[in-house]
Amino acid sequence: MKTNLRWLNEYLDQKIDLAAQPVQNLAETLERTSVEVDSVGTLAGKQDGLVVAKVLSVEPHPDSDHMVITQVSIGQAEPIQIVTGAPNVAVNQLVILAQVGAHIIDRQSGELVEIKTVKLRGEESFGMLAALQEIGFDSKIAPNSLEEGIYVFDEQSGVKPGDNALEVLGMLDPVIDTDLTPNRSDMLSMIGAAYEFGAILKQKVTLPTFELKEESQSAANQLTVNVDEQLAPKYGLRIINNVQVQESPLWLQRRLWNAGIRPINNIVDITNYMMILYGQPLHAYDLDKLPAKQLDVRLAQNDEKLTLLDGQECQLRPQADIVIASAGQPLVLAGVMGGQLAEIDQNTHNLVLEGAIFDASHIRAAARRHTIHSEASGRFERGVDADNTFTVLDHAASMVADLAAAQVAQGRLIGSQVLQANPVVTITVARINQILGTDLSSAMVADIFDRLGLLYQLDGEEFTVNVPGRRPDLSIPADLIEEVARLYGYDNLPTATIEGPTTPGKLTIRQRGIRASRRLMESMGLNQAISYALTTPEKARLFANESEESLVALDYPMSSDRRVARQNLLAGLLDDISYNSARSVENVALYEQGRIFINHQVNQQPTEKEHLAGVLTGNLQHSSWQAAKNVKPVDFYDIKGIVTKYCQEIGLTDVTFQATDRHVAMHPGQTADIYVKDVYLGFVGQIHPQITQAKKLNPVFGFELDLEAVLTQREQEISYIPVSRYPQISRDLAILVDENISNQQIEHAIKVTAGPHLVHLNIFDLYQGDSLPTHKKSMAYQLTYQDRDATLVEEDINQDVERIIEQLKDQFQAEIR
Amino acid sequence: MTLVDDLKQLKIKALTAIEAQNADLEQLRIEFLGRKGDLTSLLKGMKDLDPSDRKIVGQVGNEVRTAITDLLAQRKAEVEQEKMNVRLAAEKIDVTLPGSQPIQGQPHVLQQIIDEIEEHFLGMGFQVIDDPIDSPEVETDEYNFERENLPKDHPARDMQDTFYITPEILMRTQTSPVQSRSLEKHDFSKGPLKMIAPGKVYRRDTDDATHSHQFHQVEGMVVGENITMADLRGTLLAIMQELFGEKHQIRLRPSYFPFTEPSVEVDVSWNPVTPSTKPEDIKWIEVLGAGMTHPNVLKMDGVDPEKYSAFAFGLGPDRFAMLKYGVENIRQFYLNDVRFLEQFNRKGE
Repeated sequence: MKTNLRWLNEYLDQKIDLAAQPVQNLAETLERTSVEVDSVGTLAGKQDGLVVAKVLSVEPHPDSDHMVITQVSIGQAEPIQIVTGAPNVAVNQLVILAQVGAHIIDRQSGELVEIKTVKLRGEESFGMLAALQEIGFDSKIAPNSLEEGIYVFDEQSGVKPGDNALEVLGMLDPVIDTDLTPNRSDMLSMIGAAYEFGAILKQKVTLPTFELKEESQSAANQLTVNVDEQLAPKYGLRIINNVQVQESPLWLQRRLWNAGIRPINNIVDITNYMMILYGQPLHAYDLDKLPAKQLDVRLAQNDEKLTLLDGQECQLRPQADIVIASAGQPLVLAGVMGGQLAEIDQNTHNLVLEGAIFDASHIRAAARRHTIHSEASGRFERGVDADNTFTVLDHAASMVADLAAAQVAQGRLIGSQVLQANPVVTITVARINQILGTDLSSAMVADIFDRLGLLYQLDGEEFTVNVPGRRPDLSIPADLIEEVARLYGYDNLPTATIEGPTTPGKLTIRQRGIRASRRLMESMGLNQAISYALTTPEKARLFANESEESLVALDYPMSSDRRVARQNLLAGLLDDISYNSARSVENVALYEQGRIFINHQVNQQPTEKEHLAGVLTGNLQHSSWQAAKNVKPVDFYDIKGIVTKYCQEIGLTDVTFQATDRHVAMHPGQTADIYVKDVYLGFVGQIHPQITQAKKLNPVFGFELDLEAVLTQREQEISYIPVSRYPQISRDLAILVDENISNQQIEHAIKVTAGPHLVHLNIFDLYQGDSLPTHKKSMAYQLTYQDRDATLVEEDINQDVERIIEQLKDQFQAEIR
Repeated sequence: MTLVDDLKQLKIKALTAIEAQNADLEQLRIEFLGRKGDLTSLLKGMKDLDPSDRKIVGQVGNEVRTAITDLLAQRKAEVEQEKMNVRLAAEKIDVTLPGSQPIQGQPHVLQQIIDEIEEHFLGMGFQVIDDPIDSPEVETDEYNFERENLPKDHPARDMQDTFYITPEILMRTQTSPVQSRSLEKHDFSKGPLKMIAPGKVYRRDTDDATHSHQFHQVEGMVVGENITMADLRGTLLAIMQELFGEKHQIRLRPSYFPFTEPSVEVDVSWNPVTPSTKPEDIKWIEVLGAGMTHPNVLKMDGVDPEKYSAFAFGLGPDRFAMLKYGVENIRQFYLNDVRFLEQFNRKGE
């Protein structure tokens, strides 16, 4: 909230020093004690050289039909000639003159520019007459539009030629714009701000006073009111007769525009002024426009509509929006925005002023539903001081009487007045010290409560605090501890280390397994990627074999690219490759470890699983220039090698790879499912060329593993077998088999047939080509034998190999080469 | 004594031959020293000599053998050396050409920061909670908001725009729900709960240079008897000095979070602070939010706020990385441009 310090000074016993540096220091203190500060400054900024001038004469410009030549006085003997295009300029007006040498903020560029003597169509102009928008006013706060011309001071304003225009316009008032957290609704008012500044500066607050004169005419005869107390626990009206709607005086206008509010007319301005002063939103109705002499505060009914003040037609939500209606016609979206039907205008004669507290959750819901976040709704949502509602109503009525030459009818019309006791909170000094780690005395705590203007009884060490209605954020002991902490000063708190039993901090086996997985991927050359978990339904399901119903879909997504939670990591990695490829980075090796999401039942949390996936594309460059270690495009065996090595190093044994064509997004001839015993871990292979071609990518190879399965299948025990002292004997075996026979089948057959001494089996050659019969391939294996307890006899090994050969012949019609 | 002369002659002949360039040393050894060689055949004549002469001839013969053998060995070594020199010369390469490097991947920069935070807190006896059961990314409204003292119509809900899946299920907007999930399970007879919870969080935000609909948080919480705000200050000072350097200081400013009270915003000094640094020369940057856990939160999680007190804090690794390295756009973290990722070399850490 824009807090005007000159205005604030009215309520503080000792005035705040309004010079630039002390204000800056105060803002800094405020940030350390209360709330964040958005900005500190004045409406004037760095502008200067602006004075009030009186227009002495207006003559036509000989060479222009839209400009005139004026002589103006700034209280000195010599008049000043100014050429202006302002359509509204007239003799005897008091206007703003930017003199030669003045600095003003350029409306378009926002930069400070200097005013110079200029010739306009041959006529010299020694300065410029200005509209408020031309001296730094946002058009949201200027009372008139720029097209209407220059600003003209009201005759009643009391300004004189030669006055500093910046000063009389209030543009030199220092304003601290606070960024309030949702709990500090008390600071959404000048009175609240005065209490806060007073607490910081150790000063007492003096509340504004007013005198209300009631006329003999009774309010009750003019209107009745019917209020649902659940919706508006406090609701009061004042009737004011014979109002004259006109412009507000300058003092009121400048307080409003310094608060960021555009002056409209005296009635609207008074309601806004009261809202800024007390934090209590008010509303004004034209009594004569009401369809019936009764107001009803109720929930909207079916098919009700309302044209709001801003011209928008609002379809009301039945049984949800609070409205104030008359004769079945909704007039106002209560606490949010008024309507056009009973709007105040120039002809308004009799006025209904409303001061009320509306239910916070209803207002919040309505503001969100209709996306109207007004000054009023913001305050009702956060909490308004219910102690003061009717006082504010009376103050406003007395101001209307003063500024609109009107008569306040006798009596308040009270629609509801549910008395709610303010909280009484007890807290001990010991408890405060226990939470803050401090050593405060009860006198120090008492001093802080005094500064905050909180009333309390002190019984030994125990404070019983009566929380005033202006502080809806204080209701439990912790709230008071916070008040003590911030006013004592967070920087004055001691710094300590946690006492008590020390527990060893260590990662769980699972966490160590995940960390190890990442290290292993990195050691094999894959960079860690972190992709977006929200994606499209197509990508979410691309590499996952889950049903469409299992998707976790956002109810109201922000963009079509981010609609559901992923069910695989590969699709994200593939996007990463596309991103890199589009930037001519063709060699990419990435892995990702992260969650996938599978939904089972509506309105329940989905299953989340950690997955580990990797991709390779382009060349795995070992050397940039040596032909012998030539750059070679990655292939299936590179990615499989990584997976195999990973499985080995993380502690998986009995890992098998089974050819599969069941993954629609994978190459049907270059993909394998991975199992540990009969537990499925994931798959490895080439991404389907249709997919990579569509993205104009080189072949991409990838794998995706269910990390949860990996972690449960890990064997962490190391079983040591002494290294045999006896020699190893190797035999090579080359066979010719049908090309459909897999290596795994052959290795399996060999292992099953071999005796107990076969310790190692390794394929060392694979050949398919012209010298071989078609659809045949030659495979060469090295078999290594060793006995742990004795030297092997050649004869035994020969017999073993013979047996294997027979088996291979039998099972695969293998020919021995 | 012609035999002695013959031997001396043989010596001269042999040594000359061995000295010669390109001498075939093995051939010469056989020729002079072999079983059928010159020396052997000369010494065969010894048996016909007088014993006294035989002794002299024998001595001379040995001298000759030794001389030839030594020279052969010497020459052989020379030749070997020469061969090696030739080979070495032939094998000379340009050692300034690039080496063949095994490829090495890097952890993501955000992971590095999370790891660093984890290491720090593990050293202080904290647990790390990051599994899908205790730290789910898809949360319930109850745990994400209500248990964090944010009932359905609380104005502070506006501070966090939320991706809802159903009215009760949502993408978590903060790692704070892990507090409740951990508290429910903690056995206080085994000491205070000290935990951190790193993970992804989601906000219904339009992505731009400083906003991302997905980012990371590390939640921290300590619950025990007599946990104070001074402890919070000490804990935060330690982690900030770990991340930014020992000479950096922190300051606390009032703030508001529904789940803590008092709530503070924590700034860290961008420049090192020494006793001679003037307060106005310190540049403060906002790095995290923290506070003493709200009694309502403890109550809802079944912890007696009269007996136990707690503090909590939330760090943003994305923001740290942006500050630390001057990364100008938060989207960089999630695009996985290899040229970006590879710059964050762990440098042996």
